[in-house]
Amino acid sequence: MNFYDIAFYVFAAVTIVSAIGVVFSRSIVYAAFALLFTFFGVAAIYVLLAADFIAVTQILLYVGGILVLIVFGVMLTSRAYSVEIKRGVLQVVPAVIIVGVIAGTLIGIFTTTPWPISNMAPYQETARPIGALLMTQFVLPFELASVLLLVALIGAVIIARREKGGKAQQ
Amino acid sequence: MTLHVGLCHFLIVSAILFALGIYGVITRKNAIMVLMGIELILNSANINFIAFTRFGLMDLTGQVVAIFVIILAAAEAAILLAIVLNIFQQLNTVNVDEVDKLKN
Repeated sequence: MNFYDIAFYVFAAVTIVSAIGVVFSRSIVYAAFALLFTFFGVAAIYVLLAADFIAVTQILLYVGGILVLIVFGVMLTSRAYSVEIKRGVLQVVPAVIIVGVIAGTLIGIFTTTPWPISNMAPYQETARPIGALLMTQFVLPFELASVLLLVALIGAVIIARREKGGKAQQ
Repeated sequence: MTLHVGLCHFLIVSAILFALGIYGVITRKNAIMVLMGIELILNSANINFIAFTRFGLMDLTGQVVAIFVIILAAAEAAILLAIVLNIFQQLNTVNVDEVDKLKN
């Protein structure tokens, strides 16, 4: 057990425990805060996998963007302490069975498959090669993603604001 | 499977995250909790891509795919929250089992 292993086990524990908090928490506000720790734990796992650019992107986009969106959604749509949210759970027993089967199958496949493992390359920064790949081999998905983000932005504004304006026009 | 961390450990973490995300999507009534489950699933897929980039024969392609997954997750969260806000204004609920009207 060297330092790398200890760091992996600590961050994996943080990620999984806070993910359990997200899924089983009775309050939606606590679930949102547990999701924060899950995202940070996943970012730390990316760092352990020598993916520095993705780790920073994860923190900026997930923690800075998506989580803020989720918290806004929580604040705008719920009375945070109402009873109805605290017991909003259905079909627990079938879900546990399905999830157990899925997890068992996945872990069995992951542990028994002989993966072709390359000898690990020494650590090097990834931002520059990723940028080069995005501009050469992946330039079409890159442009599609930019168009998609524009469409999503306009669509979100139109959908969220349609109610009053739409009724006035009719 | 040894105590020394290898590819398998990262894959198992991602499998557990995936299972927890599926559980959240199946059991939660609140649409925003369902969205949180979806985010857990996307994160687990990303861990797989990056683990195979590090250990497997996939060069940096895996990290580029992970970037696209993060972009799609951001767009999806924005659209879903816009829809949820609209549903909340119209029907005064965000529970997915009560939203069963296509038109008023």
